[in-house]
Amino acid sequence: MNDALDVALRLLVVFAVFLVLPLVIGQTEHKVMAHMQGRLGPMYAGGFHGWAQLVADGVKFAQKEDVVPAGADRRIFQLAPAVALLPYLLVLVAIPIGPGEGAVGQVVDAGLFFVLAVMGVGVLGSLMAGWASANKFSLLGGLRTAAQLLAYELPMLLAAASVAMAAGTVSLPGIVAAFEWWWLPWQIVGALVFFVAGLAELQRPPFDMPVADSEIIFGAYTEYTGLRFALFLLAEYAGIVVLCGLTTVLFLGGWQGPWGADGLGWLWTLLKTAILAFLVIWLRVSYPRLREDQLQKLAWTTLVPLALAQIALTGIVKVAIQ
Amino acid sequence: MPPIPGSGLAKGLAVTLRTMTRKTVTQQYPDVQPELPPRTRGVIGLFEENCTVCMLCARECPDWCIYIDSHKETVPAATPGGRERSRNVLDRFAIDFSLCMYCGICIEVCPFDALFWSPEFEYAETDIHELTHERDKLREWMWTVPAPPALDAAAEEPKELAAARKAADKLAAQQAAEQQAAAQQAAEQQAAEQQPAPGEDEQ
Repeated sequence: MNDALDVALRLLVVFAVFLVLPLVIGQTEHKVMAHMQGRLGPMYAGGFHGWAQLVADGVKFAQKEDVVPAGADRRIFQLAPAVALLPYLLVLVAIPIGPGEGAVGQVVDAGLFFVLAVMGVGVLGSLMAGWASANKFSLLGGLRTAAQLLAYELPMLLAAASVAMAAGTVSLPGIVAAFEWWWLPWQIVGALVFFVAGLAELQRPPFDMPVADSEIIFGAYTEYTGLRFALFLLAEYAGIVVLCGLTTVLFLGGWQGPWGADGLGWLWTLLKTAILAFLVIWLRVSYPRLREDQLQKLAWTTLVPLALAQIALTGIVKVAIQ
Repeated sequence: MPPIPGSGLAKGLAVTLRTMTRKTVTQQYPDVQPELPPRTRGVIGLFEENCTVCMLCARECPDWCIYIDSHKETVPAATPGGRERSRNVLDRFAIDFSLCMYCGICIEVCPFDALFWSPEFEYAETDIHELTHERDKLREWMWTVPAPPALDAAAEEPKELAAARKAADKLAAQQAAEQQAAAQQAAEQQAAEQQPAPGEDEQ
């Protein structure tokens, strides 16, 4: 196939996934959260059980006035949503959903490094928004975001390093190809640490201290309206897709399933990602928000030691089986 | 035994998951009408014919939301040589439901059963003035009033029924007595007619 056409097609597919999956997760969150609270959730938009609610929300957001506060740093303020959203699109390019060249946007040799580095950039969007808004609540939210990023990036990296050690490669398809079922109990602690740290980095409840609406309005997003606000929300849900996809690829064996990966590999990846996304929603509904000091304590006194212990365990087992 | 660490977290997850599998309690109101108890305090209906303009309801209303206007009419004497009677005629009866607090005191206090609760509740308006329902509207509500609930199995008979029955019984007894008296009289007459017959034979 023509190279340029191939690249364009791949990018188009990744972009479509990037636009559709976050909306699917958002809609699922609407419904799952509602039913977990004994409600029905959206029922009108689109006719059948409110399936088009997020489309309607999008239309509403697009109609709203785009306000930039007078005291704000205009450029940075307007750029922040893009900085928050685009890294997740870039990460999505590198996540393999099936075996072979055809099931990944672009094979990156140092995929794990690329993915984790770029994901870290996403948080910068919130930081920029918080600083540029010229609003003390935004600034508080931005600083909390920064503190959270610092605290949780470390255990996340350590947990990912454990998998890379186990697989002997930092290429994402390589890691999935090397996966065996017994990695699951072996890397379970690392998986938990990675998932929890990822949640914290996405500022999802119960780690949503930076946007705690009952105390600092909406953190870094306080001054945003219309499409830019929608982009921040989209970034959150794209972040869920990316986090769940990454956890699937790193710890749950990606496209590998009980009946082999022939043809249905991508289905396994999507299924595992969907279950993890459900877990994200479930955790949001079930747990109250952690206080700022509890957040820090969880990262430094629990997750970091656990991740280090996982690395030690991985090293010991790796040496033992060689 | 101390609780296992993390059991509280698991319990929290279990609660939400269990709630998700249960039926929701949401009532989809505009699409599905709610099932209301028959004595629901939705709106007040007026049965005009029973109203004597005694003004008790208007005076007892804590919100002063009942407006009544009336005038007196003179009714000519029923029998020749009798006295003329005066009678109250209702001109206006209105309830302002923007003030009403649905306490139901007016209905309780009405001595002639002219006011009733109706379970209808969908009468929101965009203009607050339209919440003052005049007598024609209150009359409309009257047709939505459900029949009174059946009495308990061993309950005493309602007073009006007892009174009517007493009157009917009295009338029946009177009629029966008259009939009996008539029958007796007839029998006596017959006997009197028959007795002289043998005498006639003798003659």
